Amino acid sequence: MTEKTYMAGFGGQGIISLGEMWVFCAMKEGLQVTFFPFYGAEKRGGVARASVIVSEKEIASPLVTRADSVVIMNQDSVPIAEEVCRQGGLILVNSSLVKKDPDRPDARIIRIPCNEIAERIGDVRIANMVMMGALSKATGAIRLENLEPVLKSFFPEKKHALIPMNIAAVEAGKQAV
Amino acid sequence: MSEEIRLMKGDEAIGEAAVRAGCKAYFGYPITPQNELTAYMAKHMLDKGRTFIQAESEVAAINMVYGAASTGARAMTSSSSPGISLKQEGISYLCGADLPCVIVNVARSGPGLGGISPSQGDYFQSTRGGGHGDYHTIVLAPKSVQEAADLTYEAFSISERYRIPVLVLADGLIGQMMEGVVFKDEIDPASLPPEPFAVGHQAETGRPNRHVTSINLVPEELEKQNIVRFERYGQVKKELTRYEEVQVEDADLVLVAYGTAARVCLGALQDARRKGLKVGLFRPITLWPFPDAAIGRLAGKGSRFLSVEMSMGQMVEDVRLAVNGRAPVDFYGRCGGMVPSEEEVLAEIERILGKRS
Repeated sequence: MTEKTYMAGFGGQGIISLGEMWVFCAMKEGLQVTFFPFYGAEKRGGVARASVIVSEKEIASPLVTRADSVVIMNQDSVPIAEEVCRQGGLILVNSSLVKKDPDRPDARIIRIPCNEIAERIGDVRIANMVMMGALSKATGAIRLENLEPVLKSFFPEKKHALIPMNIAAVEAGKQAV
Repeated sequence: MSEEIRLMKGDEAIGEAAVRAGCKAYFGYPITPQNELTAYMAKHMLDKGRTFIQAESEVAAINMVYGAASTGARAMTSSSSPGISLKQEGISYLCGADLPCVIVNVARSGPGLGGISPSQGDYFQSTRGGGHGDYHTIVLAPKSVQEAADLTYEAFSISERYRIPVLVLADGLIGQMMEGVVFKDEIDPASLPPEPFAVGHQAETGRPNRHVTSINLVPEELEKQNIVRFERYGQVKKELTRYEEVQVEDADLVLVAYGTAARVCLGALQDARRKGLKVGLFRPITLWPFPDAAIGRLAGKGSRFLSVEMSMGQMVEDVRLAVNGRAPVDFYGRCGGMVPSEEEVLAEIERILGKRS
């Protein structure tokens, strides 16, 4: 199994955190991982993109140019999905902010209202965690089970109070698929 | 080696590996894409009571390395391409004075101020000395976060063994990406044996004067010094040359690539093999000394070669020297911060192998 994912959104949506958390959880599940955030133009409201690969074997190029799955968190990133998704691949769309789907009839497109789900749980900032749950369910690449100890080793201790909310977001994301 | 696997950026993993290798003094100056390395050293070197200085310039930083190395301390600096250019005078002096040190280049695109995206355009500068005079530095080229950590850790002892500066040549992609990494055991700098050339503590020990310098105004003596140093280079070539081979045995075409480009080539190789194309990969780990004998052996077996680089074609010249006319050598590269894709390299493989049949 090798799952190559391309993640895109605007700066501040937690694209980089999502990618980092995805590979951290995958590593804890025993997979090889690589996460490359496109650097240089990081700012709130700017473009945030990341190449993310998890695999059972050695990972070749860290750059995702033919994605098995694409995560699109805002409308402006839709053209990226149209370009980078492989034939018959998977596109996960944050339907709270994406009103017009990618024009890729060959792809499986799943719409997740990440912002609404996150707000219902308590904070729009965990929309990325909702998406992570959805990505896990839709790809089957990683399980994201028994997350509490994993997140405890990921977050510094002062943020541990936020872990139950993050787990709720992941679970809600899984159920939304 | 009780360490568990950690998820880290390449830049930070290089920093942690240097701290564990007993680096006693780090001198840096900010530049993208290696800032996280300097930042990591700022925190962790000071935490351990070692020396960290953000110098006033790259030139100052490399000369501080010269000073620290003269005392026998494990010393290091890091930068990215334009900053490494500024350090070249200092590197030449370090080589002339036979001082060990570690220099990390998290390379970006050039020439000039260029861009901040990954590049392999510093191959010539790295492998041909880079500054003035007759010398080489040892050049290690990691392909992953794990290897960046391992090679940095080892760079200190290699540098001391031969009294030659070691350059770790990464690129912005390796510096900025995160992968799993397991670190080697921590070395206490106090446990390291004193260097026979080290200056300092003369009053306490009453030993004779030692003089660390690269100057020698007597041509007969300077020539002799250079010849002795080149004998050491010969020893390095014999003992240190390293490379990785993937499926080269039956290959009609061997891709030659290092660092990030080698990762891309591995993907292209796997795609090519699925299509029944006999493709191999030869990855130099030491760029100097270059593994020319191993490439020469493959050339003698009838393989042809494709050098894939993130440059307009630099290592390809070393490949051609190693092949020495015994086989065709092609080149494919992207530059300016562009990274070739697996699909592009596969298309080039198909073009070359198609052309032959």
